[in-house]
Amino acid sequence: MSADERNVAKLARMAGQIADFFRAYPEAQAASSVAEHINKFWTPKMRAEVLAMPEPGDPLVAKARAFVRTGEK
Amino acid sequence: MRPTQAARLIKEVDFGTPIRANEDMVALTIDGVDVSVPKGTSVMAAAMTLGTKIPKLCATDSLEPFGSCRLCLVEIEGRKGAPASCTTPAEAGMVVRTQTDRLAKLRRGVMELYISDHPLDCLTCAANGDCELQDMAGAVGLRDVRYGYAGENHFGDAKDQSNPYFSYDPSKCIVCNRCVRACEETQGTFALTISGRGFDARVAAGPTDFLSSECVSCGACVQACPTATLTEKSVIAHGQPDHSVVTTCAYCGVGCSFKAEMQGDRVVRMVPYKDGAANEGHSCVKGRFAWGYATHKDRITKPMIRAKITDPWREVSWDEAIGHAASEFKRIQAKYGREAVGAITSSRCTNEEVFLVQKLVRAAFGNNNVDTCARVCHSPTGYGLSQTFGTSAGTQDFKSVEKSDVILVIGANPTDAHPVFASRLKKRLRAGAQLIVADPRRIDLVQSPHIRAAHHLQLQPGTNVALLASLANVIVTEGLVNEAYVRERCDLAAFEAWARFVAQEKNSPEAMEEHTGVPAADVRAAARLYATGGNGAIYYGLGVTEHSQGSTTVMAIANLAMATGNVGREGVGVNPLRGQNNVQGSCDMGSFPHEFSGYRHVSDDATRDMFESLWGVKLDREPGLRIPNMIDEAVDGAFRGLYVQGEDIAQSDPDTQHITSGLASMECVVVQDLFLNETAKYAHVFLPGASFLEKDGTFTNAERRINRVRQVMQPLGGKSEWQATCDLSAALGYPMAYTHPSEIMDEIARLTPGFRNVSYAKLDEMGSVQWPCNDSAPNGTPLMHIDRFVRGKGRFMLTEYVPTQERSGPLFPLLLTTGRILSQYNVGAQTRRTDNNAWHDEDVLEINPFDAENRGVRSGDLVALASRTGEISLRAEVTDRVQPGVVYTTFHHAVTGANVVTTDNSDWATNCPEYKVTAVQVRRTNQHSAWQEKNLEEDVSLRRIATPELVAAK
Ligand code: SF4
Ligand code: SF4
Ligand code: SF4
Ligand code: FES
Repeated sequence: MSADERNVAKLARMAGQIADFFRAYPEAQAASSVAEHINKFWTPKMRAEVLAMPEPGDPLVAKARAFVRTGEK
Repeated sequence: MRPTQAARLIKEVDFGTPIRANEDMVALTIDGVDVSVPKGTSVMAAAMTLGTKIPKLCATDSLEPFGSCRLCLVEIEGRKGAPASCTTPAEAGMVVRTQTDRLAKLRRGVMELYISDHPLDCLTCAANGDCELQDMAGAVGLRDVRYGYAGENHFGDAKDQSNPYFSYDPSKCIVCNRCVRACEETQGTFALTISGRGFDARVAAGPTDFLSSECVSCGACVQACPTATLTEKSVIAHGQPDHSVVTTCAYCGVGCSFKAEMQGDRVVRMVPYKDGAANEGHSCVKGRFAWGYATHKDRITKPMIRAKITDPWREVSWDEAIGHAASEFKRIQAKYGREAVGAITSSRCTNEEVFLVQKLVRAAFGNNNVDTCARVCHSPTGYGLSQTFGTSAGTQDFKSVEKSDVILVIGANPTDAHPVFASRLKKRLRAGAQLIVADPRRIDLVQSPHIRAAHHLQLQPGTNVALLASLANVIVTEGLVNEAYVRERCDLAAFEAWARFVAQEKNSPEAMEEHTGVPAADVRAAARLYATGGNGAIYYGLGVTEHSQGSTTVMAIANLAMATGNVGREGVGVNPLRGQNNVQGSCDMGSFPHEFSGYRHVSDDATRDMFESLWGVKLDREPGLRIPNMIDEAVDGAFRGLYVQGEDIAQSDPDTQHITSGLASMECVVVQDLFLNETAKYAHVFLPGASFLEKDGTFTNAERRINRVRQVMQPLGGKSEWQATCDLSAALGYPMAYTHPSEIMDEIARLTPGFRNVSYAKLDEMGSVQWPCNDSAPNGTPLMHIDRFVRGKGRFMLTEYVPTQERSGPLFPLLLTTGRILSQYNVGAQTRRTDNNAWHDEDVLEINPFDAENRGVRSGDLVALASRTGEISLRAEVTDRVQPGVVYTTFHHAVTGANVVTTDNSDWATNCPEYKVTAVQVRRTNQHSAWQEKNLEEDVSLRRIATPELVAAK
């Protein structure tokens, strides 16, 4: 695995952990909460990497991606 | 001529006995003067409120009266004889006389007896000038000792010098019992007794000596001793101090106030300050005695640079070092982009220093890549409490514990990590409060002298959320919710969703037992006790936060407190015990990559506008990198330059080899520290730091209390950190003009609503202040959320238990959890450079007898500790403190490298590392691990400093 791939895998794991927390909530709320969390704490570059991932394993992360903002610079 | 500033030795008033808190007052007459005092106050203390010092020896106001010396006799109209004023409560209408010929004679008689068995070497005694026996001899006018000095005496008794910091000279002991009582009442350790009777009565620390006794070297007995019997060795070596300065301990988050007692610019001793609100005159071994690191020969006091980390360091001028760092950062940003550099602030530094570093990053680097070491300890506290209560801080002051009835300690080990708070806690427990401990390990609090936890919920590492869910389940399903409180104070919809969630069968103690390993009946009993036992207070530490579900656990704790109505008054609350001295402050100061000071998100336009207009620069509205992200991106090649102030990520952060490979990939690492720490092995620029004795500033403790740090000596390196940060910023093209740290605090106050009324003048006036301190709370806020939560309605959060991805398995069948011990502090850079090593000179691995036997391991054996990330060797200690399946160690010693073994798993919300759960295997070995060998070699090869001659010859 290249450093880059490792990073992407790690980001995917982190996004999955965030989804694990919000999964207890009703689905629509959960997806937007996951995205809100990512928007609030991740850098634009990290967010871009999540958006660029081929289909993430976690369905909630997949749904949340619709609400993840790209950075405005 | 008068001296410009009167340097004086601060002496707090000693009332002799405690002044009682009582609304009822009693009026009496002492020596013809009327006085009224709270009911329960002694005649001695009442007299002292008038400034009348009644002679005394066995009394001091940190201790309950004892009545043994009979020096404090007074006459009271209508009473026979001469009662002891320390044990006689003041009563309404009493007429007291403190000085009569008869009393004088009686007192002289008492003193004669004492002095006849006391060496008369006052002139050469270490306590000369600071001895109450001497003072009393003077006060009673002792001129002659009728018994002579030839009688039986203790002059030849051997000294006990075993404690590295104080000595015990029994020949000077007057058997006043103050030390014994201090150890019991103030410290709560019960290490001392009086052995023997009558003439043979002597103070004894266990069967052998102080060092091998239960004594934890807190210094309370030394402080209480009225004679030279118990004396600091530093006083014996240097003599009595001549002036003192009140400052704040630079170790843990209790934030004890100390008097630095000085001769010139030499510290003679650190004495806990009675008027310090956090500690009220108590201390632990670290703050009291372990300050010698500040002048240790390992201090680096000259700036240094080098091109490659394998080059030897070259000492240079400050200008050259700063200029070099700035040009490197500029070069890196030009080449790799604005985001390629960042900084890490430290919870060991002052608020002002932390604030400046984040300002430098945002204004001079032009990005938000600033993070603080709180990332790796209490970031989940900030997140969890702000989600539920609306503020990122504990709810109480320390004093509040005096009003608690049931105390739940979860994932914290206060007697080791927050000793002075632990003493308060133990005092309350001895007075009858009940204790519940939730911890995988049997910490000392579970059972110690006169304390026994009602419940020890010995859960499996990593199952806090499961345990809290089952406690909540009992509270909801057994109808123990404080409904009136919830209805009035909390968001009802969120509460109902939560109640439905926790009531599910899967959250019952019986169902969760499989995960937690805690018997369901114990969980039920503990839940009932917490919910119905009166004021319930929760104290927690890193055993809560440093997990993949750290933030979830903090929210689960907050839920529990809200559901039982235990937030918003004295005696209750949710109380994070902060690790380092300024964890709270470094978080408050905006050194998170997504937040300005006062926890306002960088995307908030109004806040950003305010900062932009004051700082005159455009600021980034997107969050920056957190420490783990910085390291990941460094390994990745995107992040190339780092300024680290007062932190040692190469030792303290998890998965050491990942951290060091990140550091090694960077092109410019600037380390500002007292010592060439582990991180400095990977640095290109070293800027000397200043110890807490060398600068002005403030620390904010776990109670949100802002305490002053005051300079007592010049910075050894010539500059305080804040000055060096200003210089670096100027060299980067963004000058900051401050002439004193007080001006930095003024700027913080202008920009931060909760700090609006904070200033050095205010702190000098009040001693300390707890934020918020603004127009609505001009003198600060001891208790939070009194009538309403800061966020309005308290919000219950759903906290589903999600097991960590770090699981034990056939290859790594044990779970490692890490922690701290009393005498060492964090990475040990300070305490390892003191005599505290007498108590702990290496990290050991605690392993249960069952697991040890399976592996043929005995106490003292060298064992290899291996995880998926790395392997180290250390000595084993076989003990049933840990359960089968769990092993435990500390991370105080760089040579051990405990974090080589921990993983990069982290809290879902904040990336706080999961230090507390690592799957490991243990086996016997006879050698260092490969990492340790390499580290030992690099301790030399990456730390060379070129001698000036060699540089000149080159
Ligand atoms: S130093 Fe502290 S623990 Fe030790 S004997 Fe004195 S009071 Fe007790
Ligand atoms: S050691 Fe000091 S405090 Fe203790 S009994 Fe002797 S004189 Fe009193
Ligand atoms: S309890 Fe903490 S703040 Fe107080 S003296 Fe000990 S280390 Fe310092
Ligand atoms: S001070 Fe009162 S009896 Fe000793």
